[in-house]
Amino acid sequence: MIAEAGLAALWLAAALSALQLALAFGLGGEQGRSLPTIRSVALAQGLLTLLAFGALIAVFLNSDMSVLLVAENSHSEKPWLYKFAGAWGNHEGSMLLWVAVLALSGAVVALFEHRLDERTLGATLGAQAALALGFFAFLLFASNPFERLDPAPLDGRGLNPLLQDPGLAFHPPTLYLGYVGLSVAFSLAVGGLVRGNFGPAIARAMRPWVLAAWVLLTLGITAGSYWAYYELGWGGWWFWDPVENASLMPWLAATALLHSVNVLAARGGLRAWTMMLALIAFSMSMVGTFLVRSGILTSVHSFAVDPTRGTFILALLAIYIGGALTLFAFRIAHVKEGSPFEVVSREGGLVANNLILSVILGVVFVGTLYPLLAEALSGEKLSVGPPYFDSVASPMALVLAVLMMIAPQLKWRRDAAPILPRVAPGLLVAVAVLIASVILAPNIGMLPRFGLAIGAGLLPASLLPLFGRSLKRTPLAIWGMAIAHLGVAVAILGMASDSAFTEERLAAARPGETISIGPWLVEFRNVMPVAGPNWTALEAELRASKGSGALVLNPQSRFFPSPPTTTNEAAIDTSWNGQLYAVLGERDEQGRWQLRLWWKPFVTLIWLGGILIALGGALALVGRMVRERRQRIRGEEAFL
Amino acid sequence: MTNHSSFPRRREPRFLLGWVPACAGMTICLLLASPTFADSDLPAARWANQQLPDARQEAQAKALMEELRCLVCQGQSIADSDAELAGDMRALVRQRIAAGERPEQVRSWLIERYGNWVSYRPPVEPVTWPLWLAPILLLLAGGWLLRKRLVRRRG
Repeated sequence: MIAEAGLAALWLAAALSALQLALAFGLGGEQGRSLPTIRSVALAQGLLTLLAFGALIAVFLNSDMSVLLVAENSHSEKPWLYKFAGAWGNHEGSMLLWVAVLALSGAVVALFEHRLDERTLGATLGAQAALALGFFAFLLFASNPFERLDPAPLDGRGLNPLLQDPGLAFHPPTLYLGYVGLSVAFSLAVGGLVRGNFGPAIARAMRPWVLAAWVLLTLGITAGSYWAYYELGWGGWWFWDPVENASLMPWLAATALLHSVNVLAARGGLRAWTMMLALIAFSMSMVGTFLVRSGILTSVHSFAVDPTRGTFILALLAIYIGGALTLFAFRIAHVKEGSPFEVVSREGGLVANNLILSVILGVVFVGTLYPLLAEALSGEKLSVGPPYFDSVASPMALVLAVLMMIAPQLKWRRDAAPILPRVAPGLLVAVAVLIASVILAPNIGMLPRFGLAIGAGLLPASLLPLFGRSLKRTPLAIWGMAIAHLGVAVAILGMASDSAFTEERLAAARPGETISIGPWLVEFRNVMPVAGPNWTALEAELRASKGSGALVLNPQSRFFPSPPTTTNEAAIDTSWNGQLYAVLGERDEQGRWQLRLWWKPFVTLIWLGGILIALGGALALVGRMVRERRQRIRGEEAFL
Repeated sequence: MTNHSSFPRRREPRFLLGWVPACAGMTICLLLASPTFADSDLPAARWANQQLPDARQEAQAKALMEELRCLVCQGQSIADSDAELAGDMRALVRQRIAAGERPEQVRSWLIERYGNWVSYRPPVEPVTWPLWLAPILLLLAGGWLLRKRLVRRRG
């Protein structure tokens, strides 16, 4: 019953999105009055989609094995949290989540957006409905999550135990909220292009969505990186894997967009460029979804095995991205550029920021898709991995970090005063750390060395915009910028420290043996069997001591019976200056256990930086919203 | 799990296409591979999970392992994988480096057997020129767009 209700809600929502699109087209004429109608249609569509998603969660929580998706992805003995998260831990469910967020974002825009004129808002809601309609069609025709299975099996086929992790349960929804939040920026850009409205009002309407989506993407990527770090058990935190790149590309575009949208909102400049970035950012979200969901990443050939879904998403991509870019090409001539600026100015710095971010985005895009292209053209399979991205994208990211030391110190429009005194603190620290690293650690690579220097220089430089201000009266958005830039510095330091100073010990040890790593002496005591709710495990006891202090680490090798899978649970101890990371491997014929140990100085800074970046974005978001609210109230008072 | 050394010997690079869909059935993969292609010259994969005594050689081996694809995994290097084949490849890399080979020789040997798919560092060949030129072209294109804009502003 619940499944049928969910499916019915989905069909109704799809019909409403078609209606919303039609109404929006009508709005292009003289009947501007139907905006309230569109608003209520958008709201109903959002609520129905939410209902459908709720129905899916209900069938998963009830372990209703007569629903194909539940039978394939869940199991009655699974802890409830993973039944719940299992609703989106599969293709159909994740696409339903995607559509639910898309429709709800549309509803929120319809309810709360009051900055825009009626026609632009109508066109925006029409664009949002057009996006939703395509993905509803994809769900209903190619990925029905509510399909029944008759006869129903006795129990389900479980869920990949690698995915049974609280971090991972909430990682996809966070990323999806970010991906799809960018759809509003896309729709606003389409609305603006259709109506010839490129002014600061569009940018102000766009800004909270871009900021919120960017904060969630930042959190999602940070959490995903930490998940890979502790779950895969090899101490790596970023692999330049296509799935990771699929989330990095929208983030890069959103980062560029949130900088340029500020120029448009504050100074009326960079109009065409901001519209373009808004279109690209959500396009990258769709490209990422296509890459992950179509199976094309494994191989062009695996795409051909089940081409329906892949072809469907590819067609949607072609329609939306192609349509939006065509619209852009036709309307671009009508864009009048805003107030001019000189090269050395805040705008100039932000343009350079956008240029570098776009080139990095282009490089990640080309690097991710090139193997597919090469295979399709020449038949040769090749791999593009860390060596390519590290040598191309990372140096550009460091150049961007140097720019971050300078640009926030520049004035809008033109800056004729000497710049060096204003940026000296950061540059001096960077040069000092560079020299110190050459003397103290002559053997580390170029990239980590410059990472350490530039990261250290950016620490004070990121806080300089707060210097000389009354801290209480500094707008939250400035605090947000300073904290986000500080987060970038912290993350760069963590990355550089990890690649420069990590120590690794791979040992085959018998109980009683001692291994030394970094500042630690690790005693291998024993291995004992332990049992959890749906797994059994072998657990090692390691006693790590350093000076006077000692602690116990318990890495596990877990076995899940349904489906049969073995995973390694790393044991990680975090101290202020780094992490000690231990993994228990297999036992060899001579009765020795494989132990993998890493000492990673300051590696935690990577994710601390990510959290600071997200926090900065959140502060800026709150600051902007509070300020606009205050201005609106003041405006109303003035009107009275 | 079998303890045979399961390092397959096949010259035909097409062979790899069969490996990729077999990710899930890794066990089957290894069972198929080991009895037929078991390599009696290689001792048991002793160096799969042990470091070389010489720190400089180990660093070289580690750097190379991070750039080699685990052929039965999804997007993992042999330095980050629990798969048996990855262990065998690590052992092979360490043995050859310990025997005095340069990392690039080991890489070419593996590429000769498995094709460019095995190396995460794309080769510089006509087929990859666009890939390596992309960053420069993108920068030039961006710079050109900006230059046009800045020139117009001055005028």
